[in-house]
Amino acid sequence: MAKHDKTESTFTPIQPDDRYLLQVNALKKYFPIKEGMRVVGQVKAVDGVTFNLKRGCTMGLVGESGCGKTTAGRTILRLYRDKTDGQVLFEGKEVYDLTDKELRAMRTEMQIIFQDPFSSLSPRLPISEIIGEAVREHKIVPKAEFDDYIDQVMDNCGLQPFHKDRYPHEFSGGQRQRICIARALALNPKFIVCDEPVSALDVSIQAQIINLLRDLQEKYGLTYLFISHDLSVVEHISDTVGVMYLGSLVEYGATKDIFDNPLHPYTKALFSAIPIPDPTVKMNRIVLEGSIPSPANPPAGCKFHTRCANCMERCKTETPVQREIEPGHYVVCHLYDK
Amino acid sequence: MRKYIIKRLLISVVILFFVAFIIYALMRCLPTSYVENMARQKSMQPGSKSFEEWMEQLTAAYNMDKGIILGFFGWMGNILKGNFGDSWRWTVPVVEKFHDTVWLSFVMGAISFALEILIAIPLGIVAATKQYSKADYTISVIALAGISLPTFFFASLLKLVFSVKLGWFDLYGLVGRSYDQLDFMGQLLDKAHHLVLPIITLVVVSMGSLMRYTRTNMLEVLNADYIRTARAKGLPEKKVIYHHAFRNTLIPLVTIIGGSLPGLFSGALITETLYSIPGIGFTSYESMVAGDIPFSMFYLVFSAILTLLGNLLADILYAVVDPRVRIA
Repeated sequence: MAKHDKTESTFTPIQPDDRYLLQVNALKKYFPIKEGMRVVGQVKAVDGVTFNLKRGCTMGLVGESGCGKTTAGRTILRLYRDKTDGQVLFEGKEVYDLTDKELRAMRTEMQIIFQDPFSSLSPRLPISEIIGEAVREHKIVPKAEFDDYIDQVMDNCGLQPFHKDRYPHEFSGGQRQRICIARALALNPKFIVCDEPVSALDVSIQAQIINLLRDLQEKYGLTYLFISHDLSVVEHISDTVGVMYLGSLVEYGATKDIFDNPLHPYTKALFSAIPIPDPTVKMNRIVLEGSIPSPANPPAGCKFHTRCANCMERCKTETPVQREIEPGHYVVCHLYDK
Repeated sequence: MRKYIIKRLLISVVILFFVAFIIYALMRCLPTSYVENMARQKSMQPGSKSFEEWMEQLTAAYNMDKGIILGFFGWMGNILKGNFGDSWRWTVPVVEKFHDTVWLSFVMGAISFALEILIAIPLGIVAATKQYSKADYTISVIALAGISLPTFFFASLLKLVFSVKLGWFDLYGLVGRSYDQLDFMGQLLDKAHHLVLPIITLVVVSMGSLMRYTRTNMLEVLNADYIRTARAKGLPEKKVIYHHAFRNTLIPLVTIIGGSLPGLFSGALITETLYSIPGIGFTSYESMVAGDIPFSMFYLVFSAILTLLGNLLADILYAVVDPRVRIA
């Protein structure tokens, strides 16, 4: 089923570990670039992502546009038919080894909230059907309790149960995102990938949705992978943070460690861009030179070396590996090779 | 909704008036004049009046002595009185001739329309769900061939293979030589047998566009975010495709299908003519060639009414399948 590309596997396989709900190891997802019938290259959308996620925790995944955050989230959930390389262990089981049937059953455990609440709801279905369809399909509750269950899920997500028979276009952006959350939650999942769930909403609604997600997490012990480019939101909601650049995870650790003591030059530059709501404070922004290289043709060695202020000779040829600098704080950079 | 329909109907009446006028003007401008041909024939007969005298007499008899505008209002006045006139070419009342021929075309059209939908939509869905596969390429090539083949060429090809070489079907006509000796069932089967090639022609030629249309729309929908949502829900692929994707493909399909419903009554002019099937298409072709103004006018205005109704029907169906336009 999982069709691997010709690239040789270079990762060391990891063993399932009970402490983690999700283990991602050296995950890669390349998309072929086609010219007519021929494959002329590959977009390396996700190119080496490794992290572990504990139950009930939230991991933030940050990075600039086009760095592969969303693709990483979708690859973890196996929303693409295959991955290129690496491992995704969910509760100790390799997600890409499941049969179609097992995968469908697994869908109830891991859900996703998409970025755009406008396009991700089928315009032809009333919301009770959008929320309830999969509940019926997977037989989450007995038939007799179905209606009550949907009412309850909607109520939990701040939706009025009498809105049931309305269609998505009759709701505002914030309400639609609540529908998306209710939809994901109705399946009683353990793990939810929140793919920029608030970036399409205005600020006042953002706060409501974030708080809703936190409340639900407390109530049901959910585990989140929170993908966002909004650093302050990530700081607010996450226990751990991963920073991505050009498909790779460059730094990963506890939120406090990452924000107080960023190690990777890219993380430093990224965090220096967080605006400070005080006009008297002078911002020390690290401005990166040039623009992000093409993921179809990433630079050799360390991918960041073309824009890095601390670039050394070896960075141009040698690919750095992930190192644990302090407990639970990992970085991929030659500066910390000692 | 009712207000909307009434408004649309009123607008349709205005459109119809001008359409009828344009058709009438065009018919009058045709180089073939029925009256002129008739006068020439009559004057040829031995001991007859001269061509000019006949011309004068017939022009008056056929109401062609007035100008286009006056003639048009004269025609319309009769129509409003419910008097559709007699066909010049067929020398029977227009309505009678129409009634005799339209049902054959309708049966033929309905069968090929049903076949077209039954074949084109599933193939379009298959092509879209297996994009860039061998099945997709095969279907696309067939569709393109169907669109590109001119009817007369394809019909000739069919005739060559199945009539001339294999001898399975007659070259043309609706009934065989021994039709009169057959019992009722036999006559029915004989007609059905003669309709096979025309129907194949109609289906193949019209199927392509519907197939491509289904494929394009289906592809668009399959790439939509809510299809990813449906997959993330863990629904079986069948449900994703037929419950979520196909439902959203229905809107554009309904317009195209609703719009082609009137075509069932207007007949297939080229196909019927090629196979000499005496349906409404063939009959109207003969009438137009002969310059038969009453019959052509009746047929063309009837088609115009059907087209207007078809568009209205499509718009109403829009509202039925798409909850977003329901409020209007």
